[in-house]
Amino acid sequence: MSQTQQFKTTITSDHKLFDLHLKETLQYRDLIFLFVKRDFTAKYKQTILGPAWALIQPLLTTVVFTIIFGRLAKLTTADAAGDYVIPGFLFYMISNVCWGYFSSTLEATSNTFLANRATMGKVYYPRLVSPISTAFSNLISFVIQLVMFLVIWAFFLIRGGTSIRVSPMLLLIPLLVVQMIILSVGCGIIISAATSKYRDLAMLVGFGLQLWHYACPIAYGLQLVPAKWLGLYMLNPVTPIITTFRYAVFGFGYFNLTYYLISWGVSIVVFVVGLILFSRIERTFMDTI
Amino acid sequence: MEEIMLKIENVSKEYKLGQIGGTTLRDELQRRSAKRRGLEDPTRKIGAREYTDGETFMALDGVSFEVRKGERVGIIGHNGAGKSTLLKLISRITAPTGGSIYLNGRVASMLEVGTGFHGELTGRENIYMNGAILGMAKKEIDAKIENIIDFSEVRQFIDTPVKRYSSGMYVKLAFSVAAHLDSEIMIMDEVLAVGDMAFQTKCLEKMSDVSRTEGRTILYVSHNMNTIRQLCDRVVVLDHGKVVFDGGVEEGIGVYMGSGKAELLYYKYTEEHHTHKAATGEMGFNELTILNTDKTVHELNEDLDIQIRYSAKQIIKNVMFHARISCNGSPVGTMFSDTPIDLNAGENQQLRMKIHLNHLMGGHYRVDLLSFVYNEYGKRQVLDAVFPAFFFDIDGSTTKESPVVWTPQYWSQIRLDDMETCSFE
Repeated sequence: MSQTQQFKTTITSDHKLFDLHLKETLQYRDLIFLFVKRDFTAKYKQTILGPAWALIQPLLTTVVFTIIFGRLAKLTTADAAGDYVIPGFLFYMISNVCWGYFSSTLEATSNTFLANRATMGKVYYPRLVSPISTAFSNLISFVIQLVMFLVIWAFFLIRGGTSIRVSPMLLLIPLLVVQMIILSVGCGIIISAATSKYRDLAMLVGFGLQLWHYACPIAYGLQLVPAKWLGLYMLNPVTPIITTFRYAVFGFGYFNLTYYLISWGVSIVVFVVGLILFSRIERTFMDTI
Repeated sequence: MEEIMLKIENVSKEYKLGQIGGTTLRDELQRRSAKRRGLEDPTRKIGAREYTDGETFMALDGVSFEVRKGERVGIIGHNGAGKSTLLKLISRITAPTGGSIYLNGRVASMLEVGTGFHGELTGRENIYMNGAILGMAKKEIDAKIENIIDFSEVRQFIDTPVKRYSSGMYVKLAFSVAAHLDSEIMIMDEVLAVGDMAFQTKCLEKMSDVSRTEGRTILYVSHNMNTIRQLCDRVVVLDHGKVVFDGGVEEGIGVYMGSGKAELLYYKYTEEHHTHKAATGEMGFNELTILNTDKTVHELNEDLDIQIRYSAKQIIKNVMFHARISCNGSPVGTMFSDTPIDLNAGENQQLRMKIHLNHLMGGHYRVDLLSFVYNEYGKRQVLDAVFPAFFFDIDGSTTKESPVVWTPQYWSQIRLDDMETCSFE
């Protein structure tokens, strides 16, 4: 019969390594938007304070950090040697806001297949839509928190008495946010691919994130790290993101281009590996999950 | 010839049997080490069958068929025949183990109604949500939302969160979205099994309407033969992962119902037929012969003369008989014996029965036969039953009385007595 007929879609058993459905994912941008909207509305439905919760959580954490690590433990908040006056409250806040985005996105995307199996088992859409929309809906909270931070930051700036100043490094912020997104989504989808068969890793995520938190300069400044360990310490891809973020908003601190580029490199590699693993698993994960 | 919309070529899907995946790494390591030391698998449930590494199960095994534009194909088969697996492969939920599926157009799969509905969102928001999951762009939904709301019959509640909906309203809304999809190929897995009858009919009409007028292709899986009859113009029967029939609807349903064409005039009953659990077994049907005719296809309004051989342990008084007639799995009618009779004791006793076939229209019928008595409390007590007792065919083409062509999907298998009409001046 019509052997010559061309077909638009072919489904077969073989899979190419770089068959990532990126173009198709882009076609589903309306769905990404709706998922983001759904996550955001559903999160704050039937709460009195609504999206204000996005502000209250980091605010409380910052207060606790300021009291425990700042006042009681008296850990340094300096990233670089020098005679800077650093407002502890701002220091803990920006670090927590960044880490909050990173850890919540990683945790949520690492759960992609398990959390969405009811929907994914019944209908096809590019599976990558789910982690992407998670990253974006967390980004909304992040932006709200960042705005709150900037308001408080502006207050400190105008009042004076600290060393913070406006610097051109502020322009780095969008780049830092992008890096944060791809690193957290990359780690998350690698774990999601790995947990579609063995759930053990999912148990580790919460604990692992807690450890990772201590391995990043969030509760303390970089000056706390002994100089001989600094090279190793900076290989943690999250560290340069946080220290550079602080440099950007304070106008001083620690910035090393080499470590920063290494961190970018790691982020990209993790993200690409994640995409490849994810697209491998997404085809048949329904059989094993 | 219309273009091919869907081509399935030698598709197979293999599942591993026994314990795989979905367990913990620790279990896996335990299993591996036990196996190496030649011990029993410590994670296996006691009594469960042990599967060796290579044992697999073919959910689909070399399935091939083509579907052309505008065809409405029903896929039927017993549980485990591979229907749902096939739909899952076509809708890309999981990938095939072998073979290829070629699609020419967008696929909307409705393996479940209301996929992605979120309780906290309103009906309107969920329409957008569900539409987007099924592959519609926001613009398309904007253009159709009024039609969708009208079709769903829940306009009054459209801005209420769906968690406050009744289940019927929920289903109606969900189906309305699916029915308004613009995709060229629609895949449905018994989604119509929900909702009230009126809405079901409305949906079926909507589906066949879009198929006829817009040339949409429909693949529909159901165990409800009536909806298959109403919607489909072709049937594919699957059995154990293979296509066993591909063709006309009624023929396909016949194949699925497990009744070949060659019908017998003599039946001998075995254990397989005596499946009635509550039967006392005081008497037992042994054999049945259809006496009056040497043909297996009967005319309209014939009588069947039947001889039954039975055994009874003692004399049983006031025995009644009960014959249930069904056609392609749907009940058609029931008959009772006119007067109670007494049965003799002993092996190989005889019994005659006459069955009037008036009112039955053309078709392939199955008869289940039960014998029973009313006990001292006036309760019906089944003595024995044979499922099925026998089959017979009625040739529907010989409509001597009236020239109408009988359409059983709308009119059922029974033709009631003609109406008496007269005109007045």
